[in-house]
Amino acid sequence: MRQFFTLAVLTATVASGIRLATPFLLASLGETIGQRSGVLNLGVDGIMLLGAFGAYYTALHAQNLWLAVLLGALVGALMGLITAVVSVTMKAEQGISGIGVFLFGLGLSDLLFQKFVGTPLPIDTLPTARVPLLASIPTIGKMLFQANLMVYVAFLLVPAVAFVLNRTTYGTNIKAVGENPAAADSVGVNVARVRYSTIIIGSSLAGLAGATLAIQLGIFQQNLTQGQGFIAVALVYFGAWRPSGVMAGSLLYGMVAAIVLTWKTLGIIPQSASDLAAMAPAVLTVVALVVVARRFRQPAALAKPYERGG
Amino acid sequence: MGTKLLRRSALLALVAAMAIIAAACGNNGTTSGGGGGSPSAPLKVALVAPSATNDLAFTQSMSDALNALKETENLDIAVSDNLFVVDDAASAIRTYASQGYDLVIAHGSQFGGSVEQIAPDFPDVSFAWGTAGDTFGLTNVYAYQAASDQGGYVQGVLAAGLTKSKVIGVVGPIEVGDAKLYVDGFKAGVEATDPSISVKVNYTGSFSDVGLAAEAARSFVAAKADVMTGSAQMVVGAVGVAKTNDVAWFGTQANQTSLAPSVVVASQVYHWEVVLKQVIDGINAGSLGGQTYTIDLENGGEVIEYNSDHGLPADVKAAGDAAIEGIKSGSIQTGVKE
Amino acid sequence: MTSRSGLWLHVDWRRFLVSWFALPAAALAALLIGAGMLLVLGANPLTGYRALLEGAFGSFDSLVNTAIKAVPLVLVGVGICIAFRANVLNIGGEGQLVIGGLASTATALALPDVPRPLLVPLVLLAGAVGGAIWGAIPGSLKAYFNVNEILSTIMLNIVAVQIMNYLLSGPLVDKSFSGFSLIPQTKRLSPNTDLPVLVGGTHLHAGVIVAVLAAVAAYVLLWRTGFGFRLRAVGLSREASGYAGMPVKRTITLALTLSGAMAGLAGAVLVFGSASHRMVTDGTATGFTGSAGFNGIVAALFGGLNPLWTMVSGFVFAGLLVGGNAMQIAVQVPTALIVALNGLLVVFVVSIEYVRRRSRLHQESPREAAGAGSEAERVGAGPSPSTERIEE
Repeated sequence: MRQFFTLAVLTATVASGIRLATPFLLASLGETIGQRSGVLNLGVDGIMLLGAFGAYYTALHAQNLWLAVLLGALVGALMGLITAVVSVTMKAEQGISGIGVFLFGLGLSDLLFQKFVGTPLPIDTLPTARVPLLASIPTIGKMLFQANLMVYVAFLLVPAVAFVLNRTTYGTNIKAVGENPAAADSVGVNVARVRYSTIIIGSSLAGLAGATLAIQLGIFQQNLTQGQGFIAVALVYFGAWRPSGVMAGSLLYGMVAAIVLTWKTLGIIPQSASDLAAMAPAVLTVVALVVVARRFRQPAALAKPYERGG
Repeated sequence: MGTKLLRRSALLALVAAMAIIAAACGNNGTTSGGGGGSPSAPLKVALVAPSATNDLAFTQSMSDALNALKETENLDIAVSDNLFVVDDAASAIRTYASQGYDLVIAHGSQFGGSVEQIAPDFPDVSFAWGTAGDTFGLTNVYAYQAASDQGGYVQGVLAAGLTKSKVIGVVGPIEVGDAKLYVDGFKAGVEATDPSISVKVNYTGSFSDVGLAAEAARSFVAAKADVMTGSAQMVVGAVGVAKTNDVAWFGTQANQTSLAPSVVVASQVYHWEVVLKQVIDGINAGSLGGQTYTIDLENGGEVIEYNSDHGLPADVKAAGDAAIEGIKSGSIQTGVKE
Repeated sequence: MTSRSGLWLHVDWRRFLVSWFALPAAALAALLIGAGMLLVLGANPLTGYRALLEGAFGSFDSLVNTAIKAVPLVLVGVGICIAFRANVLNIGGEGQLVIGGLASTATALALPDVPRPLLVPLVLLAGAVGGAIWGAIPGSLKAYFNVNEILSTIMLNIVAVQIMNYLLSGPLVDKSFSGFSLIPQTKRLSPNTDLPVLVGGTHLHAGVIVAVLAAVAAYVLLWRTGFGFRLRAVGLSREASGYAGMPVKRTITLALTLSGAMAGLAGAVLVFGSASHRMVTDGTATGFTGSAGFNGIVAALFGGLNPLWTMVSGFVFAGLLVGGNAMQIAVQVPTALIVALNGLLVVFVVSIEYVRRRSRLHQESPREAAGAGSEAERVGAGPSPSTERIEE
């Protein structure tokens, strides 16, 4: 155990936890925006996979990582448009349509991969981007300010999203539409347009999350996300629909996973307990929520399609 | 409630319509298996596998073997891959058997229980199952396995010779089966060469979680490992990390050089065709099962394929070659199997 | 029915057409896209779809396969009906299936010699109990600690997989296998636990009866008992039920417990109705469940959260899955196509609800429309806006 508390190990673990948390954070922020406007999107995992493949394919052929990231976001936006049509215009049952989108994304990403790529060829991974000045701070600099660019993007989005939600008219509209769409409608807010925008933005973030995952790993494979999209949805509830809470949840999950990995490497966790240790992030997330139990409630109109005059 | 009833009726009508169309369209062929191929008629072989045929690992090794034998043995090959749901795989095995395939390869140790129950229903069909060593006493079941500890041992020797930091990382899926065999062999090889080297093993708990494999690899790099290896299709994640950090990589099951030509030193490649040929010969001669085949260094089923672009110091390579010869001749025992 | 005299016949036919053809039209649209994908992959769509239909419904064997595949879908779906009617979103089906499978397997390993007529119900019961526990945890967490059930059930899915990996590679593993190393599976479970075969010569097993019984029992529970009434009341409005003196927290906990029990039962059926009669893992939940935990949700929602109709929708969806595998074998496309096609079908069919609902709303009085609207729409509804807002 003493090995764990060396500076080098701790630094690496914290950096790893932050890196692991990033895809969760991106996808979860996107889902938060959507849910705040009253739309539940269970298809996040499928969108992440399509975004991951889009980014991977672009990186493979265009050799340009930023183009790849952009494409991941665009793919996400496209899927968001489809989701919005289904959930807002067609007013479909959001639980089912989400699972349908998930299955579609899972299958299509794998299909495209097998048809257009075949054998997993590696792509470049995101280079480390040192923040000038801050990266030179001993220890903390290594932990926090020597990550890849997507990490910074994700964490900067947290206050950005919070700002939009709490200090702009658009954010007020989002919240109004999520709490009481009929009232919002009556004062002239275009419910459908607001929901379309939040879903598209949210899905773009999910696509971005997938792209980040693919480029961080430098590869694509069938079901690359392994259910991380669902965890991202779960984290929205953990975060009480607030960006800061979502960030806390993502970090908790990522950090615990990183610590478990490090302890396994160091032998602190014996081989026999390896499976049980792997459940630590999930268990601790639930325990944390129980401990911090406050009365919070979800957007009142969540998952209820809105029909004027209905 | 009236329209709900209408909707339900529509659902039932749909089902009925589909059933009628399906029944009218044809029958469900249930011919029994053929008695083997002949020079004129191709041997119908079906492969049921739990991951993709291009996963650069487990399934790829068998898929490559089949393709290698396709021309020379006159094979007609059908593949159902990505069947990691055991029940679906069992269903596919049964379907192929009932459609007149001569040989059904159940490529995955988790399929064994299903083969055990299905094979007796199709006495004219030959089933090959791996990686495993149990034929259940059935006359139409072949089993095949890999002595992966042997190649693991050799690569352990090579890795021990290469490492300067004296720390080596191993990423594994679940601590069972072929993966465990390879890892144990690898550790034995390292230990036999230099017991002072620290070998860190992490079984991530999944065969397919690429992200987890990558993070495990990163934690090894943080622990100063400069050589790594791993087993199962999720290692592509670990190889990526090896590439970024310029850490040497040893692969297994398939040739993984293409993943990272700059860092892959060698791969223990499974050439299943060595034993597959024996299975096919057996079927053509009328024997549908009852034997277990093993690939190892001796029969050429396991080959250490070096990456020609990666330099290997002459003395290290010599040590590796000596290990290979030693295992083949029996003078070196990996000590992993009893 | 409105009494616009002159237009009466007109209106009636339009509604009839929409109701009858919207659903198949949606399915057809999805299948057309699927045909396009097949063409791109170099396969013949006609051959493919014919294989799908034949594989699902085209012969007695096919129907047997579909019925067997439907059992876990229906059981999970019935559990979902119970939970969703109480306004509890149970996304934990996968984990509950796994724990149920483990519990029943452990029981079978512990008591191999109990006579079959007693052992089969016993192991099924054990599965239900295992799943019930796995549902009771998130249920009570929601009821008493206000932990959102989507979060807790998703997390518990992950936990369940790790428990399964641990048990099946360790304490429960079959050590008798010859070969170089162990496989993460149990030994062949006692023949006393084999589910009885209903029709000689096939593998149609008694799980089908279990599913039907469970669906009927759930229907009775929901609409003919006091508990069912309370459950539905809590689902429609937690506040109002509380004011009316109903035991809200206990009801919510029980709803998830029962839902888990159904999924656990499905897990047991999966083990003892399987071809191998062992429990085996590949490290993922899906390898064991075949995504029945998610597909059951789809089946339940397509069945309008009515257990009896869930049997039908479960059967149809199972046909899709079974037929899809047959199609894969026939035209040799990657299995990924089948997954994508399933997703497309789900999305299209669920979207078309709107068209039918719109046409229905135009005809009926508002009260009738509100009542006949899918109960599932109310799923996810939080407390009414009148409760105090939490500051941002």
